[in-house]
Amino acid sequence: MEKAKRQGRPAAASTKADTSTAQSNPFEVKVNKQKFQILGRKTRHDVGRPGVMRSRAHKKRTQTLLKEFKERGKSNVFKDKRIGEYDNKISPEEKMMKRFALEQQKKFEKEHIFNLNEEEDLTHYGHSLADIEKLDDIVDSDSDTEEKGMLSEELTAAHFGGGGLLRKKSLTGQQDEASGQTKSRKELIEELIAKSKQEKRERQTQRENTQELTEKLNSDWKEIQSFLLHRTSRSETEKQVEEKPKPDEYDIMVRELGFEMKVQPSNRMKTEEEVAKEEKERLLKLEADRLRRMRGEDEPETKKTPKHMSADDLADGFLLDKDDRHFLSYKDGKPNIEDNENEMNEKEGEESEEESDVEPESVDSYSDCEDDMEEAHISEAQERQIKCNKNKLQTKAQSSIREAAKLELPYLFDAPDSFEQFKALLSEKPIEEQLLVIERIQKSNHPSLAVGNKAKLEKLFAFLLEYVGELACMEPPELKAIDSLVPTLYNLCQMFPKAASNHVKFILQDAVHDLEKIQEVKSCMPFPGLKMFIYLKIIAALFPTSDFWHPVVTPSVVYMSLLLTKCPVTTLQDVVKGLCICCLFLEYVSLSQRFVPELINFLSGILHMAVPNRKEQGYTLIYPFGSLKNQLDLLVVSEKADSETWQKQSFPLHMISRLKEKSRTEMNHLRLSCLGLCLDLIKRCAAMYGSLPSFREIVQPIEILLSSHMPVKQYPKLLQELCDDVLKQLKVKGQYCPLVCEKKKPVPLKLFTPKIVKVLEFGRKQESNKKEQERKRLIHKHKRELKGAVHEIRKDNQFLARMQLAEIMERDSERKRKVKQLFSSLAQQEGDWKAMKRKKF
Amino acid sequence: MSLGFREAPRAGGDERLPDWPACLLPAHAYSTEEGIMAASVAEAEAILSACLEAVLSSRSHANRVFEALELLQSEQKEIVLCAIRICSRLFGSLLEQGELFVGKLPSEEESLQESYSAEEKYKIWMRHRYNSCNNCLAQLMGHQSFQVKESALCTLMKFVELEAGRPLVKNEWSFNFPRELLKLVVEGLIPVEEDSSLLISRFQEYLDHDDVRFFVMKLVAENIGNVMQKAKKAPLPVYQKNAFALVSSISMPSNDSEINNFLVRHANQEEWKVSKLKEHRAAFERMWLGFLKHKLPGFLYRKVLVILHESILPHMNEPVLLIDFLTVAYNVGGAISLLALNGLFVLMLHHNLEYPDFYKKLYSLLNPYIFYMKYRTRFFRLLDLFLSSSHLPAYLVAAFAKRLARLALTAPPDGLLIVIPFICNLLRRHPSCKVLIHRPDSPAEMLEDPYVMDEEDPSESRALESSLWEIKTLQSHYHPDVAKAAAVINTSLCEMEDDLSEVLELTAFEMFDRDIKKEAADVSLEFQQVQGLFGKKDNVFAQYFTLE
Repeated sequence: MEKAKRQGRPAAASTKADTSTAQSNPFEVKVNKQKFQILGRKTRHDVGRPGVMRSRAHKKRTQTLLKEFKERGKSNVFKDKRIGEYDNKISPEEKMMKRFALEQQKKFEKEHIFNLNEEEDLTHYGHSLADIEKLDDIVDSDSDTEEKGMLSEELTAAHFGGGGLLRKKSLTGQQDEASGQTKSRKELIEELIAKSKQEKRERQTQRENTQELTEKLNSDWKEIQSFLLHRTSRSETEKQVEEKPKPDEYDIMVRELGFEMKVQPSNRMKTEEEVAKEEKERLLKLEADRLRRMRGEDEPETKKTPKHMSADDLADGFLLDKDDRHFLSYKDGKPNIEDNENEMNEKEGEESEEESDVEPESVDSYSDCEDDMEEAHISEAQERQIKCNKNKLQTKAQSSIREAAKLELPYLFDAPDSFEQFKALLSEKPIEEQLLVIERIQKSNHPSLAVGNKAKLEKLFAFLLEYVGELACMEPPELKAIDSLVPTLYNLCQMFPKAASNHVKFILQDAVHDLEKIQEVKSCMPFPGLKMFIYLKIIAALFPTSDFWHPVVTPSVVYMSLLLTKCPVTTLQDVVKGLCICCLFLEYVSLSQRFVPELINFLSGILHMAVPNRKEQGYTLIYPFGSLKNQLDLLVVSEKADSETWQKQSFPLHMISRLKEKSRTEMNHLRLSCLGLCLDLIKRCAAMYGSLPSFREIVQPIEILLSSHMPVKQYPKLLQELCDDVLKQLKVKGQYCPLVCEKKKPVPLKLFTPKIVKVLEFGRKQESNKKEQERKRLIHKHKRELKGAVHEIRKDNQFLARMQLAEIMERDSERKRKVKQLFSSLAQQEGDWKAMKRKKF
Repeated sequence: MSLGFREAPRAGGDERLPDWPACLLPAHAYSTEEGIMAASVAEAEAILSACLEAVLSSRSHANRVFEALELLQSEQKEIVLCAIRICSRLFGSLLEQGELFVGKLPSEEESLQESYSAEEKYKIWMRHRYNSCNNCLAQLMGHQSFQVKESALCTLMKFVELEAGRPLVKNEWSFNFPRELLKLVVEGLIPVEEDSSLLISRFQEYLDHDDVRFFVMKLVAENIGNVMQKAKKAPLPVYQKNAFALVSSISMPSNDSEINNFLVRHANQEEWKVSKLKEHRAAFERMWLGFLKHKLPGFLYRKVLVILHESILPHMNEPVLLIDFLTVAYNVGGAISLLALNGLFVLMLHHNLEYPDFYKKLYSLLNPYIFYMKYRTRFFRLLDLFLSSSHLPAYLVAAFAKRLARLALTAPPDGLLIVIPFICNLLRRHPSCKVLIHRPDSPAEMLEDPYVMDEEDPSESRALESSLWEIKTLQSHYHPDVAKAAAVINTSLCEMEDDLSEVLELTAFEMFDRDIKKEAADVSLEFQQVQGLFGKKDNVFAQYFTLE
């Protein structure tokens, strides 16, 4: 019942509109009084309309219950067997078709069993021939080509005869009927069948042919694909295609065009400005990243992670950032790839010119060949991922192979397992060959070639580092070789940052431990050799020195600070070494502009060494200088004549490893150079730290030294000017704004956050157990439903009883009426009869 | 040294070997020293063991003692070692058997008089040999070989032990200890010329005995007095160093009950003054005062000051006696002043010492060197202690903070990691000093820092008008930890003080280790392609240095 009620809701909704007028009648409204106003509670039953509701219920019952009640004694059912009457899926046309078909069938079954005269309906592919004749646009799926070359009478008649055929057919039928020969018709049919079969066969063979040809074409295509890009080659292929025995030129042309590799639309050629702009953007992005690291901020959330890990991933951190497959583009009618190629060739040409006299023509012809290979390469590129500069490497490799043919070096090298092996590979070769060997080791052990290659190349990095150290220790140091090895180190480091950083760290650790040991034994440490200077320089080249914290750079900076604070300066060479470290330090912090107290201390100490008769006034010397008393006049220039002949010059690096015995004049010159360098560095420092709040305090000792202690007058003019310059820079007035802390957010008052409990039903006691709660809820619901159902049933029964009573009453009154009628008729009869009797009498 | 080659007097009553001098001494025993030199070590050993047996077996062979005594002076190390061993056994057993004369020893000439019996004469003679052996051993403590020194020392100490058990000089008031013998040892331990620290460390085990330590302390005090008086203010650095090594190796017991480890036990031990802590302390005090009375070389000065508060002051009866020494040291300046701080602090804390201008002096001690000194940790710990009082005036704390900040501008990173949290702690302790980092309602920019660095008096330094710009500067320090530490002043400081104990011990090397052991998730790389060693742009290095 309840359900029935629910279903009847739309009806109720429709009634709502007209009940609105009824609602206005206050006598029909029953207001349910509410004891309390409760926020958030929806009041649905505040106003009841008992009259309306009752009438609605009654109406519904009459529609449903009463009907059932009235039909309680009946057993027959009305069934609607119309096809698809209640099926929404079938469209009305289909419905009609189906019904029609069924009707036809019935009709046929009924009428045609004994019907001999009616002509059989001929069909072709399930359609009656008559239909085909009428609607000649009903076409077979694969019948677009088969009619070619078949110009039989019937077919032409079928195609072009139009309505004529019907006539003709009926005519022949008449003729046949006239001749009385049924055989001829049969023949005709057989003929038709044979023809269609033959037709079918032909079609099949043709289709096979086409397929074969397509395949052949495909294979041919693959072969000649590379030539396609040239106009000439394409025309050739066209000719080839022409030569082949093709029945239809046009068809083949169409197919060919369909199959032709579609040249993907490439981005338009970028102008130079755009290229420059893009490059600038890339650099800007990298720079922004660097700045973020410099400030020591965390990486933003949107960290670039590979979305998809390939099964072939080497886990070497390499990411194919951008799709670097070459798009085919044209420039002056030629494929654009050559541009890169030409550049490469030019470079190679430059390289090779130094070593061998390769004729430019031969290079060109070679490059053509390479182009072809390159194109082939592009088609393969779609299948496998390649490294960004693999193309570069490959072409480089080719050029180097060309050279190698002359140099007769082996092409493949195994990666060395130990440093001795590595050295043996390089021993007694000029540096160019050494580089070549290293390059080949790298290439023949590229991580994409085999599994273990990554470890091998990581080792190679370590060996190279060690080798660099050894080169630096030589007498004289092989600085040129080191210089040319640095790019290789850079490339390897880019490939394996983690391993490379670990190797560099090992070197630093060793150096510091050595220092520590020396300090324990001797209590004063000497400056390290050239090797460490080179290493520090290489670190600056491999890693960004401006990061707030960096696993390699931070320890190396601490190491430099150690050197500046712990190593006493006892000789002129130590001065050069110390200044060299200062230079390195400045280079490390040049981008980040960080403050280095040791630097200022050391530089002021160096200046102090140049003061001839010193009486420490106004400044204090920091440790490495404060403790030495006797070496403090290392930089005092004794003769004025020497200072006149002095010229500014830069220091050769080998001076760090060995300082030759020199004449007095040369020594004095060296002293002046050191002073010049020192002043230059101070100038840089001043420029860098000028914005620091306590700049004045930092440079105060230097300022005092320069202004009142240094014998500036004795120095050459250049140095005097430099001194003035520096002093001017140092005398910048500082600005002292009182410090103010950042404002703190006011701490909000402590509040007790409300405990939120999910309320399942109002007015119910909350059970602790959720399961129990649910059970209770269900029990409650069941109870209510039961009550509702009982109520409904009772109402139904009342209704039925009322109906029955009404029926009985009606029946009784009818009966009374009839009886009355009977009685009245009888009485009349009786009266009539009595009257007759009276009459008779 | 004179070894009297006199024959042993004939022991009366010993008639068994009538012809002992002539027949028993082998010819070569009397031969020249060269002969003995020539003799191999094995030979010498044979002779020595033979002579040991002979002397011990009967008194009539007593003259063979001379052989052993002579070999003690051999130039071969092995022979000397062997001789020492034999002497030790020989005289050891003689002492045990009571074959040596007891009482006041008459001279040898006197002993020849008839007033003594033959037995007594023999014993007196033997005692003289024993004495000469001791002298000989004392001399050997200055031998160049450490082995010889060591065994000489051990032998002498063995004799000390034996003699203490069976005193050779009887005192009426009992409690005997062979002071004379120990004096020889002490003299041997503190030579004037050579370094004897090894021997002293060997001697350490004997110093565990309370009685030995007691007498050594007394004897050292005596010895120092004698030697220094003789030197007449001429510096004796080696001697003082040795003395310091010995003196500083003495570890005192802290209460009476710990005095129970004696070399020799006596009957009523408790009454002996050796078993009283007070006496020990008095001896200790006298020894140290005697030592510190004289001018010390710089390195010893520092060493003394380093151990002063821990191992000297607590064991003295009257620590106040060291006040003079400490005030002088505090006024010396530099590292010595710093070290004197510790002792002064103990005196001020526990012994009511009032030191005027202590903080002023402390303030003047702050100079750029404090970050480079060996005693940095110790100094900062003390400084922390001195400035921990919350009753210090704000101007003083501000002056300290400002001065430390100024000095931080020249400090190495390991020092900065100490000093920055230190300053922050100061500000936390004294909220009135927070104006140094937070001055919201201030006049506009100043032209220079109002703080006067050169002012000696913290009250005149105008530190409270200044701000800690130095820490602000250090926020751009190259080392990330330092920069982070300095960034603390950007926000108002939290209540909790930083724990300094961890950073105080940090050296530059440890800092390097800490940095290099930090693991990074990923290593950022330089994005500019390099061409060569100098190939990068804006390269400072390349401007001044060239490849060739």
